[in-house]
Amino acid sequence: MKKFRKIIEKFIEAVLFSSSTITSLTVILIIIFLFKEGIGLFKSSPLEKNYVIEVSKKNPVKELNATQLKAIFNQDITNWSLVGGNNDSIILFTTSNITDYYSEEELGSNLEHLNEKMGEFIIQHPNAIMYISSKSLPVGFGGHNVKVKDISVNDFIFGKQWYPTSEPIPSYGIWPMIIGTLMVTLGALLIAIPLGISTAIFMAEVAHIRIRNVLKPVIELLSGIPSVVFGFFGLIIIVPMIQQTFHLVVGETVLAGSIILGIMALPTIITITEDALRTTPQSLKEASLALGATRWQTLVRVVIPYSKSGISTAIILGIGRAIGETMAVLMVTGNASNIPHSFLVPTRTIPATIAAELGEVSYGGLHFKALFALGIVLFLFTIIINLTVEFVKNSGKRSRA
Amino acid sequence: MIQASAKNINVWYGDFLALKEINMSFEPNSVTALIGPSGCGKSTFLRLFNRMNDLISNFKLEGKITVNDKDIYAKDVKIDEIRKSIGMVFQKPNPFPKSIYENVAYGLRVNGVNDRRTLDETVERSLKQAALWDEVKDNLKKSAMSISGGQQQRLCIARALAVEPSLILMDEPASALDPISTAKIEELIFELKKEFTIIIVTHNLQQAGRISDYTGFFYLGELIEHDKTQKMFLNPSQERTQNYITGRFG
Ligand SMILES: Nc1ncnc2c1ncn2[C@@H]1O[C@H](COP(=O)(O)OP(=O)(O)O)[C@@H](O)[C@H]1O
Ligand SMILES: [Mg+2]
Repeated sequence: MKKFRKIIEKFIEAVLFSSSTITSLTVILIIIFLFKEGIGLFKSSPLEKNYVIEVSKKNPVKELNATQLKAIFNQDITNWSLVGGNNDSIILFTTSNITDYYSEEELGSNLEHLNEKMGEFIIQHPNAIMYISSKSLPVGFGGHNVKVKDISVNDFIFGKQWYPTSEPIPSYGIWPMIIGTLMVTLGALLIAIPLGISTAIFMAEVAHIRIRNVLKPVIELLSGIPSVVFGFFGLIIIVPMIQQTFHLVVGETVLAGSIILGIMALPTIITITEDALRTTPQSLKEASLALGATRWQTLVRVVIPYSKSGISTAIILGIGRAIGETMAVLMVTGNASNIPHSFLVPTRTIPATIAAELGEVSYGGLHFKALFALGIVLFLFTIIINLTVEFVKNSGKRSRA
Repeated sequence: MIQASAKNINVWYGDFLALKEINMSFEPNSVTALIGPSGCGKSTFLRLFNRMNDLISNFKLEGKITVNDKDIYAKDVKIDEIRKSIGMVFQKPNPFPKSIYENVAYGLRVNGVNDRRTLDETVERSLKQAALWDEVKDNLKKSAMSISGGQQQRLCIARALAVEPSLILMDEPASALDPISTAKIEELIFELKKEFTIIIVTHNLQQAGRISDYTGFFYLGELIEHDKTQKMFLNPSQERTQNYITGRFG
């Protein structure tokens, strides 16, 4: 009997141990996966896999960066001299252009002469730039390869354009999304902090116990509502309201996102702030009251300073909730990857972008990696937030010791 | 003359009758000790004089409390105004987590006094009265949490004195302190009674004997006896007082 119990105990211990091991391993694996895929973006050529840029052997241009290449294919740059070549106009060529130059008979019914014609083309058009599959290059091709600089972290973070699928060169600039995310979050906080803290104060210090007993579950319920529901609410109520109030063409704006996120951050801020306010020792409140301070003076001069670090934690965790929120924001902020210059224009946040685009990318492609790199940025944001929480908590403890 | 008085006091916590028909009055510049076994209602009685019990939701009072001839439970009375003229020192030192200076200045600040000179003068005077000035005068900006427990308690006394109360309530102010700090507090009380009227709850009979002019003995919510301290200790008129003082119970 005793032996049996010992075996059971050993068994439970093993289960507990393996559960925690599995959990930690999973978390670590997810992080490794995120970083491996995301960082992959920065070691890649911005061209799609197996695609190359070719020019004539006579063309002195050896290297182009993504911006130049894009300008060339958008026909913003039409002369080679602007990118370090001779004074010749640029002829654009991609594989699909081949039929403009050669008839179907010349190419063969199964395009068996395609490669050969590519070779011919570059000889005949020495000032052309070709964006073609490396498989289409014939033996003895009369052109040379143009190196395209890898995507840099700088371009990624500070780039202002996000055209993840444009040909031949996509743009992965996330600056507008960073600003969009920060603005939506900031707006959410401007709404949620005053509202949340006053509600918490009301619940902890003012409200009759019976009112509090009603309010508290209602607020907790708020945190259980799925974010899609908030999104619907925003779409149907807030967005039209904003549109009418400010006479806008579209109501899907930064402001709409801020309002919805603000509401979503409220339960976190209220609950943690209220708990913090309640930790103020009764003896300190009594000391203040006994000196003739009113309830409000006691609140402002004793209770709030005492709960400072708890309130800061509440705010930061509120930010944490807001910054990573996806669905609701996706639904109400419109979908414009411009840098928002006010709260009344559409924008796009990092998590919303990931959610919207991850479904349509090919596994392992550049776009896929770019979304993971976005994930890393979001991850770093939340890490910073969590470290700040720890820091604030610890400094709060120290100042009270 | 009477500084403070209690007339026909009954106090309930819900259905529980915590104080029964108490009548007591306090002369100016006297120290009155309230003694009695734990739970007999000493703190409840003391806290009637600055309406601290009002914070308790099921607290109910019957009777009349006056301070400086004013009924402090009258309808038109503003509680925070009343409390400004009555200082309180609690059982455990409870300084605010602020600087020493700001602790003493607190009562003035909530009164709207922000003039630097007035504050400086009051802080110095109060700390001197509380016999703490010499120990902290070079560290007024230091956190009140960083000084010793005995110093903290004297700081709390200074904080109470800063608003120039006429009555000071003390609820076992030395019970959390070491003997040396306790002696300092007792000395201090002796000095303070020159200017203030003091009501002090104490668990320590020797202490009551040393510092008080009058003693009130509470038992199960009743005031059994209230008289000059000497008389109470040497020749009490009630047998229960006699038993308590000679240590037969409590
Ligand atoms: N907030 C309260 N609610 C209910 N009963 C209380 C409360 N405070 C004190 N009491 C009761 O009132 C009686 C007197 O308490 P108290 O005045 O603290 O006694 P003492 O200070 O003499 O030890 C005790 O029986 C105590 O249990
Ligand atoms: Mg007591």
